Amino acid sequence: MRDPLSKLGSGFLAPLVQQAGFGVWLSMRTLSLVPHSLKRRRALLDQMYVAGFKSAHVVAFVSFFIGMIVALQIGLRLAQYGQADSIGMLVAISMAREMGPFVTAIVLAASVASAMAAELGTMKVQDELTALEVLSIDAVSYLVVPRVVALTLMAPVLTVVADVVGILGGGVIAVTQLQLDFPAYLLSVDEVLRDPGLLGLPQDLYAGLIKSAVFGFTIAVVGCGSGMMAEKGASGVAQTTREAVRTSIILIIIFNYFLSWLLVA
Amino acid sequence: MIELRDVRKAFGTQQVLDGLDLMVEEGRSFAVMGPSGSGKSVLLKHVIGLLKPDSGKVLVAGHSVPELHREELRELRRDMGYLFQFGALINWLTVFDNIALPLRETTAMAEDEVRARVERVLGQVRLDGAHQKYPGEISGGMQKRVGLARALVTEPRVILYDEPEAGLDPGMSQAVGELMRELQAELGMTSLVVTHSELCARIVADRMGVFEQGQFLIEGSPEEVLDSDHPRVRDFLGAKRS
Repeated sequence: MRDPLSKLGSGFLAPLVQQAGFGVWLSMRTLSLVPHSLKRRRALLDQMYVAGFKSAHVVAFVSFFIGMIVALQIGLRLAQYGQADSIGMLVAISMAREMGPFVTAIVLAASVASAMAAELGTMKVQDELTALEVLSIDAVSYLVVPRVVALTLMAPVLTVVADVVGILGGGVIAVTQLQLDFPAYLLSVDEVLRDPGLLGLPQDLYAGLIKSAVFGFTIAVVGCGSGMMAEKGASGVAQTTREAVRTSIILIIIFNYFLSWLLVA
Repeated sequence: MIELRDVRKAFGTQQVLDGLDLMVEEGRSFAVMGPSGSGKSVLLKHVIGLLKPDSGKVLVAGHSVPELHREELRELRRDMGYLFQFGALINWLTVFDNIALPLRETTAMAEDEVRARVERVLGQVRLDGAHQKYPGEISGGMQKRVGLARALVTEPRVILYDEPEAGLDPGMSQAVGELMRELQAELGMTSLVVTHSELCARIVADRMGVFEQGQFLIEGSPEEVLDSDHPRVRDFLGAKRS
């Protein structure tokens, strides 16, 4: 009969440490192989299409409503103080700095991390990863690198989509609920996004884009890593898919705090 | 060519290989039969370097497999083929691309050379005309032959078969067995076959052994083993024949 501490260690902590260790190793190995990703242009483009283009409509749809919610929540209160015309500025800052990257990352965690975990998990339980190993093919280079590079590149693109659509959603509320002119709303948006940062991009925008690239990398590494650790047939794949989404979301929230602190505060 | 000396391997408290000795000479074929869960596939995984023994020696072409570094092991594996129980084909690649995969990924071969080599092995396993199909669109027997073609395309000197008859009806099982025998004669590879099928062992093997509790109960020619009076061998084969 094992004592509760042993059970806690072997049942909870050991797998957690093992997963974290594998995640760090996979991240390092993927980064070291990124230059080789150009060799796999076809796979990279396929993954950019699957992970990026196919998620764009969901990101846009969710962001439109997020923009409306932000505008509604803040705008009505601003209107009480006669400051409703600043709503464009506040929606733009919220979307560019925070909501755009965050919403995009959550959508990608739910759709892409789960898909990557299920795909690689199925390959694992059907011996396809072992087959690659015995064929002397590096599974990280062949499977993980194209997925990670694709999502790291596409997450910022999707974030721009989220920012633009979210700001438009906020505009709908500004016009219909706050009785502002749409050009005046856009002028207020433009005012805040005019402040240039690196590469001439608006400062608030590039902070969000850096965040989203980190989120994209994290989501893909977690999705692929979870899949590669799948065990025990179909139920193992289901479990690993759940874990991939859960872990991605937790890491997005943690990284979001630290990146906000680094980039904005 | 393949040699195991006093190999021991345990998973937890279960001793799967218990002082196993095995020798397969170059160009010969050895079949391993035994009950499910007796560790036959574990044996193959030691030979290909997917598992390391707790003790003992695993030698392939004179190399001590467990002691090889990653790159050395990759190099050795390029000289080995492995047929998985259910093919283990990459499901988003066509039959052609599955077979071409090891050539494209591990050699600097030109694409027209790859094409010629793949066409040739497709002919050897009698799969002309299935090039553009996906694994999900072909039968289990065809998948097995595609897996065999992928294992052969690098022209290995050693080939390992993990239950080549699994999931096939007796007719297809016999056809795959005969194909393995023909390829063995044509290409002169060293083969190690894990099988449940007496028929497959009779067709394919020069020598065979019945495996139980981590060791061979008996070893010899297929006729000697399959017609043996060893009581546990009779029990095992009797249970399979009934």
